[in-house]
Amino acid sequence: MTAMQKLYLLVPLAPLAGAIIAGLFGKAIGRRATHTLTILGMVVCLAASFLVYRDVMGGNIFNGPVYTWLVSGNIRFEIGFLIDPLSATMMMVVSFVSLMVHIYTIGYMADDPGYQRFFSYISLFTFSMLMLVMSNNFLQLFFGWEAVGLVSYLLIGFWYTRPTAIYANLKAFLVNRVGDFGFLLGIALVLMYFGTLDYAAVFAGAGRLAGNSIELFPGVSWSLMTVICILLFIGAMGKSAQFPLHVWLPDSMEGPTPISALIHAATMVTAGIFMVARMSPLFELSETALSFVLIIGAITAFFMALIATVQYDIKRVVAYSTLSQLGYMTMALGASAYSAAIFHLFTHAFFKAVLFLGAGSVIIAMHHQQDMRKMGGLAKYMPITYMTVLIGALANAGLPPFAGFFSKETIVEALHHATVPGAGFAYALAVAGVFVGGFYSFRLVFYAFHGKERFADPHHPDVIAADAEAAAIAAAAAHDDHKHDKHENEHAHDHGHDSHAPHESPAVVWVPLVLLAIPSVCAGWFIGTFVYGNYFGSSITVHPAHTAMASMAQGFHGVIGMMTHALGTLPFWLAVAGAGTAWYLYIVRPELPAVLRRKWGVVVTILMEKYGLDRFNDWFFAGGARALGTGLWKGGDIAVIDNVMVNGSARLVGWVAGVVRRVQSGYIYHYAFAMIFGVLTLLTWALIR
Amino acid sequence: MHELPLLSLAIWAPIIAGVAVLFTGGDRNAQAARVIALIGAVIGFLVTIPLYTSFDAQSGGFQFVHRVPWIESFNVWYHLGIDGISLLLILLNSLTTVLVVIAGWQVIQQRVAQYMAAFLILSGLMNGVFSALDAMLFYVFFESTLIPMFIIIGVWGGPNRVYAATKFFLYTLLGSLLSLVALIYLYNVAGGSFVLVDFYEVPLPLSLQVIVFIAFFMAFAVKVPMWPVHTWLPDAHVEAPTGGSVVLAAIMLKLGGYGFLRLSLPIVPDASLYLAPVVIGLSLIAVVYIGLVALVQTDMKKLIAYSSISHMGFVTLGIFIFNTQGVEGAVLQMISHGFISAAMFLCVGVLYDRMHSRQIADYGGVANKMPVFAALFMLFAMANAGLPGTSGFVGEFLVILGAMKVNFWYAFAAAITLIFGAAYTLWMYKRVMFGAVANHHVAELQDINAHECLVLGVLAALVLVMGVWPQPFAEVLHVSVNELLAHVSLSKLPLQ
Repeated sequence: MTAMQKLYLLVPLAPLAGAIIAGLFGKAIGRRATHTLTILGMVVCLAASFLVYRDVMGGNIFNGPVYTWLVSGNIRFEIGFLIDPLSATMMMVVSFVSLMVHIYTIGYMADDPGYQRFFSYISLFTFSMLMLVMSNNFLQLFFGWEAVGLVSYLLIGFWYTRPTAIYANLKAFLVNRVGDFGFLLGIALVLMYFGTLDYAAVFAGAGRLAGNSIELFPGVSWSLMTVICILLFIGAMGKSAQFPLHVWLPDSMEGPTPISALIHAATMVTAGIFMVARMSPLFELSETALSFVLIIGAITAFFMALIATVQYDIKRVVAYSTLSQLGYMTMALGASAYSAAIFHLFTHAFFKAVLFLGAGSVIIAMHHQQDMRKMGGLAKYMPITYMTVLIGALANAGLPPFAGFFSKETIVEALHHATVPGAGFAYALAVAGVFVGGFYSFRLVFYAFHGKERFADPHHPDVIAADAEAAAIAAAAAHDDHKHDKHENEHAHDHGHDSHAPHESPAVVWVPLVLLAIPSVCAGWFIGTFVYGNYFGSSITVHPAHTAMASMAQGFHGVIGMMTHALGTLPFWLAVAGAGTAWYLYIVRPELPAVLRRKWGVVVTILMEKYGLDRFNDWFFAGGARALGTGLWKGGDIAVIDNVMVNGSARLVGWVAGVVRRVQSGYIYHYAFAMIFGVLTLLTWALIR
Repeated sequence: MHELPLLSLAIWAPIIAGVAVLFTGGDRNAQAARVIALIGAVIGFLVTIPLYTSFDAQSGGFQFVHRVPWIESFNVWYHLGIDGISLLLILLNSLTTVLVVIAGWQVIQQRVAQYMAAFLILSGLMNGVFSALDAMLFYVFFESTLIPMFIIIGVWGGPNRVYAATKFFLYTLLGSLLSLVALIYLYNVAGGSFVLVDFYEVPLPLSLQVIVFIAFFMAFAVKVPMWPVHTWLPDAHVEAPTGGSVVLAAIMLKLGGYGFLRLSLPIVPDASLYLAPVVIGLSLIAVVYIGLVALVQTDMKKLIAYSSISHMGFVTLGIFIFNTQGVEGAVLQMISHGFISAAMFLCVGVLYDRMHSRQIADYGGVANKMPVFAALFMLFAMANAGLPGTSGFVGEFLVILGAMKVNFWYAFAAAITLIFGAAYTLWMYKRVMFGAVANHHVAELQDINAHECLVLGVLAALVLVMGVWPQPFAEVLHVSVNELLAHVSLSKLPLQ
């Protein structure tokens, strides 16, 4: 093993060691030792990732096994690494954001009794995510895929006494499992047709199988690649929260804020995007699959952004904005603009982590109040948080020169050039989404950080509305689950009457914020090398017929050129208009939103109800499965099998015995009669024959 | 090879220890009974370790063969030998016995000697099933396992134990009686031999193969158990003491899967192929239908019992798709299910011993009071849901891969377990472990003690090791499975 190979191993194993120590011995070694050791693990991980990154960018690509997991027949299942520009970039993003979140956690979770457990989980998450991105085969990809799902489940339910948290984590796991169901079938099809799960071998063989078709229903034949890619993409729809499997992500905000930043914004939810980019040699062979990806992404990008505009919970605004941004990445994948998708993933990781951690900083200052109606005017109390959130919002809205501008603009442009069926639809929604993005980003900034200081004013109409809503939710929860009602009510009231002036969060909180805000400003400036240079090399394949990125590369004249060019384009002005609308509604005429809400009641209700998907899923899938299960159990198992067949046959034996028993009556004349009757019957039979 | 008759030791050491335990008499000598039982179980396990270490994974056929005449007038032999499949099952059985003895150490306070003896004797008998190469010997061991389990459920069981024990006994006994007829028929056809390998060579027309297959199927399908002859299992589990449930789920159900591999497939290969679609259909019903039924259970033990049936559906599915991934997956699934179902029943036992309730509704927020237990239970719940990195994934993954080769929709239906398995397991976990402390009984719970921690810890380690590195488990299988599949692919129909 070379020194570089040892480094590869060190990258995931350092966080794993931290996780094991914190998990098994956290209580024994105490809080300080726990966070020191796990952060040390992360520092080692980041340093090793950096060395690996430099090495890879120097041209040293690695693809090799670590150990043999299983051999079955002629198939070897290996655990192994593929270290190329794509995975090295992901390793950098994951380890950097993770380290920031580790540090931030010291402040955010300071009073939590589960401190050590939390560090153990986030280190375990980092290990799993790194194994996912470093994999050189589908098996290990699936391992990492499910492992990050597990840790996400554990972390959403971190406060496991809260009914909402343990509802959300079960929902997240099960919805993801629906995606994994498709993903696993896709992997099984890959294995069946390629005879291996090794990326390199599969990609090399993909061209040969491009013409194959498969008959799932008799008489209907589909292209094999289309079926494989759509099945794999269903996995991505679960993990990267694409419509209609996105429903778990907003609820996942029940978890502590650091993991919302790490898992549900920067890293785990981008696993699906990463996966599709990794599978580009397969997806490029199926126009149908690309079109499917494009349309799903477009729906997610636009319709989830709309929901963000009506949310009051500061974390949920950011969560819906994440869904929308993931939609943009997915659209980019569908338009074969893989490098743009990964670039947006890269910039988004920073600015979305900033937004989440900034929201978390606000939440600490507001004593765990997340409702923006009870905030306002926070800018002067927490200037650092304000500045970083503002940067995050500018980037999220896609305004130059912030990071999000470059990546989003590239995606919109790529959609404009794309030729896949559905590209026009996707382009329209993407452009419209830019306006909505500008609006909700600045709605958050203006509503929480500017305007009246509503937290100190219990009689403000917004605060009254918020309290009434909280009371209604508590009452509904009490109705659903009266075991916990008392506890939750007390909880709500604890925070209702808090009137201490908010103040800036401690350094362990704001230093990571600042460190993440820096790349949120300038990460976009690397677009030239990242997207238009040959940065990804062989890790991404684009079919020669898909020319969007190639033609855009010719039109690219540096970062400054891109910004000046944008001044004359529609998306830029739409983003500005969105921000301006937010300014008008929340600064100039703050009484107006309430009026508009009343006026557009139906639309607002649809958006607040999230298009009714949650209700439908609860009724149709959860309720339907339970009803079916009860029917099969009571009707099938108990009524038919047990009562009729099993106990029925026992009763039958009893009945037959009862009948036969009467024959043995003990009376001589009964027996004599039977004998005579028998003799006569035999004689008759003998004579007639 | 070895001088010691290791297989005989694996069978008789626990049985002799069991008889010795009985001689300690009443509960005044309970401690002596426990110690002797533990020594017997540990010896029983230790003698199986050389079986693994000196097993030759490269060579086919049966190893550690031991053959002496038994009933000479009928040409019945005491004939033992193992291949890779039986090797793993013997190891699993012997280890489980040790764990069951430790798990019952404090919990069982009445008729301790008899309790321990029943488990030790049962362990020896099941090792007998897994190593018998003579059909009559196989049958005798197979049937005799019913007696200790009948006693375990009937004596140490819950309130409705007599119904459950009787149902268990009659169901499984009636199922296997026909297989005795089939074995005697085969004895005649094979020219007066009960040697299994001779049965493998007997040519039979398809119609007769089908009859023999059905006779075997009755015996093994009830044992597995397959839908629709599964309803004895939830009742038996609910009433059985924890140890009984552990052995029932971890080992006894495997007698069915093993029977298919050792008898049905090689003796009547053409009928097996001919009827495979039916068996596959029943297996998939088990996976989907039983998965849904498990979802709505209100009794934890019943839920896990149904989950067992659903997981065993993968075993029969894997066996009857006749490819390497399928059969190896089936065997690995049997081993993994041995670890996981044992652990799940032990976890329910831990709660039952404290609360005397199996109803999910009586719990809530247990994690607040039992954090160590909660962590272990979480691991096993995830393993039960087939999470990669745990043993539960390995078998299911291979079977789904194997099924895909045969038919997309087989794999599709089987993969539904990904959703259902997670749903019923984690929903139960949520209601029992998460949430605020539900009532004052939960508030008084104590975390697991050293005995419980040891037993669950061993199983946790096995679940993780097998999940992260299944190769040591799988490598002893390859040659045996390939031989078996080669055998199945050769038609035994007589030449026209």
